[in-house]
Amino acid sequence: MKTVWTIARRELASYFTSPLAYVFLVIFLLLSGFFTFTAGAFFERGEASLAAFFAWHPWLYLVLVPAVGMRLWSEERRAGTLELLLTLPVTTAQAILGKFFASWVFLALALALTFPVVVTVNVLGDPDNGAIAAGYIGSLLLAGAYLAITCMTSAMTRSQVVAFILAVVLCLFLILAGFSPVTDLLARWASPSFVDAVASFSVITHFDGFQKGVIDSRDLAFFVSVIGFALFATGVIIRGHRAG
Amino acid sequence: MIRIENLVKTFGAKRAVDGISFTVERGEVLGFLGPNGAGKSTTMRMITGFYPPTSGRITVGGYDIVEAPLAAKRLIGYLPENAPSYPDMTVRGFLDWMAAMRGLEGEARKKAVARVVERCFLEPVLEQSIETLSKGYRHRTCLAQALIHDPEVLVLDEPTDGLDPNQKHEARNLIRELGKTKAVVFSTHILEEVDAACTRAIIIDRGRIVANGTPAELRAMSALAGAVTLRAEGATEEKLAALGRVERVDGALRVYPADKTASAELTRAILELAAREGWKVESLRVEEGQLDEVFRRITLPDTVRK
Repeated sequence: MKTVWTIARRELASYFTSPLAYVFLVIFLLLSGFFTFTAGAFFERGEASLAAFFAWHPWLYLVLVPAVGMRLWSEERRAGTLELLLTLPVTTAQAILGKFFASWVFLALALALTFPVVVTVNVLGDPDNGAIAAGYIGSLLLAGAYLAITCMTSAMTRSQVVAFILAVVLCLFLILAGFSPVTDLLARWASPSFVDAVASFSVITHFDGFQKGVIDSRDLAFFVSVIGFALFATGVIIRGHRAG
Repeated sequence: MIRIENLVKTFGAKRAVDGISFTVERGEVLGFLGPNGAGKSTTMRMITGFYPPTSGRITVGGYDIVEAPLAAKRLIGYLPENAPSYPDMTVRGFLDWMAAMRGLEGEARKKAVARVVERCFLEPVLEQSIETLSKGYRHRTCLAQALIHDPEVLVLDEPTDGLDPNQKHEARNLIRELGKTKAVVFSTHILEEVDAACTRAIIIDRGRIVANGTPAELRAMSALAGAVTLRAEGATEEKLAALGRVERVDGALRVYPADKTASAELTRAILELAAREGWKVESLRVEEGQLDEVFRRITLPDTVRK
């Protein structure tokens, strides 16, 4: 556990030694503000909730989370430091978890910096703060799922750009499977049970409950298994490179 | 400390390492020689647990690198090829992190960092970020990292690559010094380094060991070894031909004895002959043999050899 923390600490610190972290934070906050208040019509809704805020997160994260996670492994491979890291007395699992947690903590920090919307909605009305808390938990899990997928794509290649694009494409699939225009289209010719089966793979379907303030164990299990699976796949890919 | 048995590594159809066995004990410095692509780095990556072997067995300090990787890796300090490090970290930050990864804490960590900084002459660049350093400093930073936990086994992949002649000299001295108390394996394709630092050398070619011995033993494999070169006024090939095969080299005469180990007898015979014939001897040298000649002869592809 200590080793995981040591790895995470270095990774997290490296975000802040480059301007990337600050650029990311600013863009994330600007965009989430724009989507909430302008595109999401926060004021016109006439309700004291953060529905307009959370509804955009699957799309917002689609670009921003791969940008945060793309260098995790590809950069290590490109610079040759992977050899340094994996010949230290650490297991591959420790290295994967350390890197994943570092980026997840960074995303959590970005999310935490959106606290002004919580303050705003509390000043303007009397929202259900439990539902808001659930929304934040869901949003963090959503970011974690995207991040784990980005870890996986990052381990596949030396190029950060390729890792980024692959991650965006995979995450887009996870959105579209449950995105209503797509499910409506599918419903025209497929049986409802098939549409449901496809939609059950989508982050939209599982994020929905959190937005409404419901923490369902099935939704929780979905996100945890996406993260678990993607990180496991990361391990397989990293070991695969070395096995030759 | 390092025991390797029948090590094989294949990448697809290519056998990068093809049945290598050797051991390195404490107090030994093993030079690992071979042309580019001979399998030096691949072997080192397997010893340090980066590549799993396709078959064969590696133990470090008694721990199998596949079955007990963490225990084995704890004993090893490793300088990978091209000396990679994290460019955005400062030298101090990097070494401190490496020490933490090796489980060093608090005062012990500070001491370990201070010790390797002194050993690798990193004091002037301690607070600089690694990306701003010259290649020599970057290399030494990575070497310092390999020494941070005072390991019992050192695996150094081309430790003198990219260093200037003074730095090379320092690095060789350091390796020799470290070899007194540790088991050291280092790869190089600079042959002088074998003489300068190694107690034993292995030459590998296309994944196989083609020679294994002390630098003197390897030199003795040279065709030149044991020959005596004479420079003397009045000396003639005909008179010397009775003692062995004679060859004229830059105005001097070189006599090859039938038996390489008999160079002392040959020298005496030549001196007696010179005295008898009244030759004016300017110089007389017993050839030790040249490593580069041995290296070239045994690592050249068959097609070139003919």
